[in-house]
Parts: sequence; structure tokens; C-alpha cells
Amino acid sequence: MAASTAIAFEGVTKRYGEQPVLDAVSFAINKGEFLAVVGPSGSGKTTLLRLINRLSDPTGGTVRVGGDDVRSLDPIVLRRRTGYVFQGVGLFPHFTVAENIAITPKLLGWDAARRAARADELLALVRLDRGYGARYPHELSGGERQRVGVARALAADPEIVLMDEPFSALDALTRDALGQDYRALHASLGLTSVMITHDMLEALLLADRIIVLRDGHMIADGKPAELMRRDDDPFLRELMQTPRRHAAKLNTFLSRSP
Amino acid sequence: MNDPRIADALARLPDYLGSHVRVSLVALALGLAVSIPLAFVCVRRPTLRAVALALTSIVQTIPGLALLALFYPVLLAAAALSERAFGIGFPALGLLPSVLALALYSMLPVLRNTITGLMGIDPAVREAALGVGMTPRQSLRMVEWPLALPVIMAGIRTAAVWVIGTATLATPIGQTSLGNYIFTGLQTQNWVFVIAGCIAAAVLALAVDQLLALIERGVTRRSRARVAVGAVGVLLIAALAVLPNVGRGKAGYVIGAKPFAEQYILAALIEQRLNARGLNASRREGLGSAVVFEALAAGDIDVYVEYTGTIWTNFMKRSDVKPRAEVLEEVARWLKATHGITLAGGLGFENAYALAVTGARAQALSLKSVGDLARHAGELTIAGDYEFFGRPEWQALRQAYGLAFRAQRTMQPEFMYPAVAAGEVDVISAYTSDGRVAQFRLRVLDDDRHAIPPYDAVLLVSPKRSEDAALIEALRPLTNALTIETMRDANRRAQTETPEAIARALSERIGR
Repeated sequence: MAASTAIAFEGVTKRYGEQPVLDAVSFAINKGEFLAVVGPSGSGKTTLLRLINRLSDPTGGTVRVGGDDVRSLDPIVLRRRTGYVFQGVGLFPHFTVAENIAITPKLLGWDAARRAARADELLALVRLDRGYGARYPHELSGGERQRVGVARALAADPEIVLMDEPFSALDALTRDALGQDYRALHASLGLTSVMITHDMLEALLLADRIIVLRDGHMIADGKPAELMRRDDDPFLRELMQTPRRHAAKLNTFLSRSP
Repeated sequence: MNDPRIADALARLPDYLGSHVRVSLVALALGLAVSIPLAFVCVRRPTLRAVALALTSIVQTIPGLALLALFYPVLLAAAALSERAFGIGFPALGLLPSVLALALYSMLPVLRNTITGLMGIDPAVREAALGVGMTPRQSLRMVEWPLALPVIMAGIRTAAVWVIGTATLATPIGQTSLGNYIFTGLQTQNWVFVIAGCIAAAVLALAVDQLLALIERGVTRRSRARVAVGAVGVLLIAALAVLPNVGRGKAGYVIGAKPFAEQYILAALIEQRLNARGLNASRREGLGSAVVFEALAAGDIDVYVEYTGTIWTNFMKRSDVKPRAEVLEEVARWLKATHGITLAGGLGFENAYALAVTGARAQALSLKSVGDLARHAGELTIAGDYEFFGRPEWQALRQAYGLAFRAQRTMQPEFMYPAVAAGEVDVISAYTSDGRVAQFRLRVLDDDRHAIPPYDAVLLVSPKRSEDAALIEALRPLTNALTIETMRDANRRAQTETPEAIARALSERIGR
């Protein structure tokens, strides 16, 4: 394994009962890479993500983070140094925004002053006003909550950030703005990011590299441009052509307009 | 407002309210200490959860009075066992059985709400707790517990109201509570007491419920002020629990009384006598018939008035009938030999079971004896108290006279007399010393075939006090001091006067 590898899956299988959710999946993510995992619902995307920070353990094969087999790592320590943005955000409703953001630092034993400073810093980073710190999650809009979710994932300075459909519940404008903001953070903080999405367009626009899952099998792994050129798998071709078809329709529509 | 019964009720409030708060609070604390951890243990274990909920639900279906009463024999056996095994006994009467029964009673709402609260947490939030790096314990403490707390608090409030209400039923097993007002009031037809007991219990329950609600809102809205005010309120109520101890010396002699007027008067009389001689005495009133005897044998109480016929039939299981003096002598011998209890003397009157009809009915059917009654029984309805139809005396009467009534009904004694006077029933099981026999102009029918044994009122002294010369000496003037007429009159006055006032009047008549 190369020194620059952040995460590696080596023949990873996960079964719930008889049914394999992931079947012999192997790939590696380099440090600083932004990987999107794309696939329809039930293809094993979330399971794949949960295996990285040991919210779940594989039935077979090995998952490595920073070269170490995750089974040799304390799951609590691993999770505290890995950022996680949950599907549906998962903010703690009884914590303020600042408390939500600073939860992992708190678990790591940072003092109150340092946590407050960190929360302010992150609010600025995700472009929320400082005053948001004292509010409760239910007082925020969906987009604001998602920004807080990202801020919470980044609070303890992780090298790896895992995101489970982070922007899917948002309106198109917010989604685009947040996606671009996150992409900028990914670059400036030198993160390794794994984002799950069922939206190929989102993956194409944000990620350096895309993995496509279908029924627990990895059917494609490559840079966006490479995948666009591939023509061997009908499912993949259909998946890649959808954004292109949308773009084409849009262009036709625009050219006909006065 | 000048009713002396109101002043009397108020004078007893510190003792009754304080004792009530004490037993409720200890029971609730114990119930919470068991239910909440139990809920956490079984929330992720479906089988255990089902078993725990089913068991607590079953407990809930047992009537409060029965549950409380059941704990006395259980604890008595446990105390005897522990005495034998470790040489350490404990009192089986009063606080302990009440606390255990009430704690058990409080478990269902707390257990159910805690489980519901914990299970109702959004799985995404629980997943997030693990994902940000909480240990399962941290997740429980920082996320699951606070999110479930409003539901848990609602369960605690329900439990508190139930426990405070049910604690009124702790009186018959020897725990002073606001139920003392209700039990005493019902037996002596002192409605001021009954109402005082109900209102006091309701106000206490409402106050605790509202204070807990305040704490609950404070917790959900993170208002420290609300939590603080609620907590101070609860603490102030908890402070009432020490009221009964204020200005009271060490517990001296305890006088027991069964739940009816005659017993209250005689217990007050004995208490006054002992206190007059400087023997510090207090009363445990409203004890069940079987409970009071076992309590005396175990030394939980020191003195009470029993009736020879009750000992003869209930405890000695005798079905034969002997003359008064022989029964008295045999009973005294048996008590000493089997329980170490001393029979310190008879009071001079009998309170026997007897069948009674209205004077008018007696005349119309020319009834003088139970034998006369038997001929008409087929057309008549009989009413008895809760015990009567289960007692050997009833079997004996039926067999001796071949009694077969058209119908039989069970009633609270207070309602039996008006019922027979109004013609709702024709015959009742009366007590010979009851003041209402004269008041309602009833005719007590002779037991000419001697089916019912004599029921002499006798003073019983616990084994541990049997060598207590000062006590025996203080009780001596009561021997043969009360005639049946005196006692009937005293019992009749219990409807308008307090047992203490009647006891004082009796005491003056008896002299020193």
C-alpha cells in the first residue's frame, strides 16, 4: 500500500444474514482525494461508509484507514478523528448549534473556552453568522442545519470526512452553494472526503473520482471524464447519460427561447 | 366552623400528613431507583422488556389494599427467617411493608414511560451520537436520557399521584397516613375526618404533581429557575416528613386498635391511662383483625383489646362452645403457652356477634330467639359485615338452627343498621355492644342453643411486655370496669364526639 493511501478496501464483504450487501469490494482512496460513491438505493453505499469508521464491521476482507486494519483501532478513537455528516443531518435537538458543533472536541476533553472559539471558527468556515451558535437546530432552515452538520464533522480537525447524502434534502440553489462551499473547504483544509450520493450530476460536479455500486458490487471506479467515456456496461451508460441528456434538453430549450 | 371535630382533625394533621409524605416519598424513591435502571437494562432486550412490563402490569391489577395487606405476612415470615438465620429481626408492620408495596405499585408508569421515552428517540440521533465518537454510556447520558426525560418525568408524575393516593390504604397495616382520617372517620361516622383525609391526600397529590410538572417544563426548556423552584417545592414537602418527630420523645408503648369505634375509644382510654402514669404511649389504629394479633405476638405493638370468641374460633380453631368463664380461662392459658401473650384481664363487657331485627319486626313475627327466626328465614334477607359470612360463627348458627335465608348481602357495618331500620334487609349481624342497637331500636335475638361463643373484651399484652409491672399495674383499674350499657353508650356517642373525649369521660367514671 502506498504511503499516500488514506483508506483502502481489500475484498470487503458485508452480509446481513444470507444476503450480501457488499460483495468483495476493493479500492483505495488517496490522501486529499474527493471520492463520490454513487448508486441506486439499496446498492450498499451507506454500508460502505459505515465500515470506514466502524459503525459496522465487515463480514469478510479488510478495511484500512491510514494503513491500519480498522479492527485493530479503538472504534471510539477512530470515530472521533473521522468527520461524519449524516443523512438527515442528525443534529442533537437538545444541544445548541455551538454545542452540536463542539461535541467531538468536548468528548476529546477540550476546555469550554477552546470549544467556544472552535465553534465560532467553524460557523465562519461554513459561512453562518456567529449568532447562530446559541440557537437550537429546530430554529434553523434545512440548509443552515446542513452547514452545521458539516461544521460538526470538521470540528475536531479530522483528516477524513465521510458524508452520507449530505445535500440531497436541500433545494437546488442551496445544494449547489453548499456543494461548492464544501469543495472549497476540502481543498483548503487538505481533507480526504468520501461522499455518498444517488445523484450522478452532483458526483460529476464535486468529486475527483467516482465509484459506482450496484447490488453490492462495484461496477465502476474512475475519474468523472473516464466514466463518461466508458461504454461497456449498459447500466453505467444509462447512469452517465442522464446528466448529459438533461444538459442537452436544457440547451435545446434555451436555444429555442427568444 | 366551631365543630370540635375540625379542631381535632387539624391537630392530627402534622402527624398524619408527615407520616403520609414520609411513606410516599420513600416508596417513590425506591420505586424510581429500581424502575429506571431496570428500564435501561431491558430497553434493548425485547424478551426481558416484555417480562418486566407484564409483571409490573400484573402488580397494578392487584387492588391497592390487598397488595399492602399481602406484604405483612410476607415480611413477618421473612423477619422470622432472618431472626433465625442471622439473629436480626425487623418490624413487619408499618413503614417497611407499606414502602415495599407502594414502591412496587409505582413501578409500572415509570418503567413503561422510561422504556417508551428511550425507544421513541430518533434512530438517526442515536446513530449520530455513536458517529461523533460517543461511547454507549456517553450516548445514554448526554443524548438518550435527556431526550427521553420529558416522557420519563410524565411517568414519575403518574407514579407520584398513584403512590400518594394509595398510601391512604397503608393505615390497616400499621402505617400512619392520611388514611387514618378516612378509616377512623368511616368507622365512627365522622364525616369531617373522611373529607379531611380525602382533601389532604388530593391536595398533596396535586401539589407534588404540579411541582414535578414545573421541573419537567424546566428540564425541557432548559430553565434553571423553573427546575430550582420545583425542586425547592418538592424539598419543602419532603421536609414535612420529619414533622411527626418534632416534639416527640422515644417511642414507648404502642397500643393497637382494629378499625371500629369501640377499639378507637378503648385504645384512647389505654393511652390516656398510660400517659397519666408517665408511660409514654402512642396508638396504631385501624389495624386489620389478623394483622393486629400477629403484630402483638411479634412485639410490633404492646397492648390491644381483643375478644375471647375471636381468639377461640379464629386462632384456636375451636368450634365447640363453652361457658364464659371457661372460655376465658382456656384462652388465657392458650395465649401464654403458644404465643407468650399475657391476658391482663377482662374489661367487663361482651361484644359478641348476634342476629338483630327491628323491634317492630320482632313483634310482628313474635321473634325472641334465633330459633324463632329460623321458621321465617326463607322469606327474609340477611346482611352481614365483610367478615361475618366467612366466620365459623355463621356456620355454627346455620347448623344449630337450620337457617336458610332468602338472600344474603355484605355491607359496611355503618350502612347495615340504617338498612335494617329502613327495611331494605330484614336481619343483620349486629354486635352486642354496638350503640346503634339501642339507637335504631333493634331487638337482639337470643342464642338459646349457644351456637356463638362468648366474646369478652380482654386486654392482651405482648410477650416482651409480659413482665412489665408498671404496664400491668396501669392496666389493672380497667379490669371489669365497663358494663355493656356503658360501652354501648360510649359507642353511640362516637358518632358525634372524638374517641379521646369519650375516653376521658369513661376514665373519670372508672377513677384511678
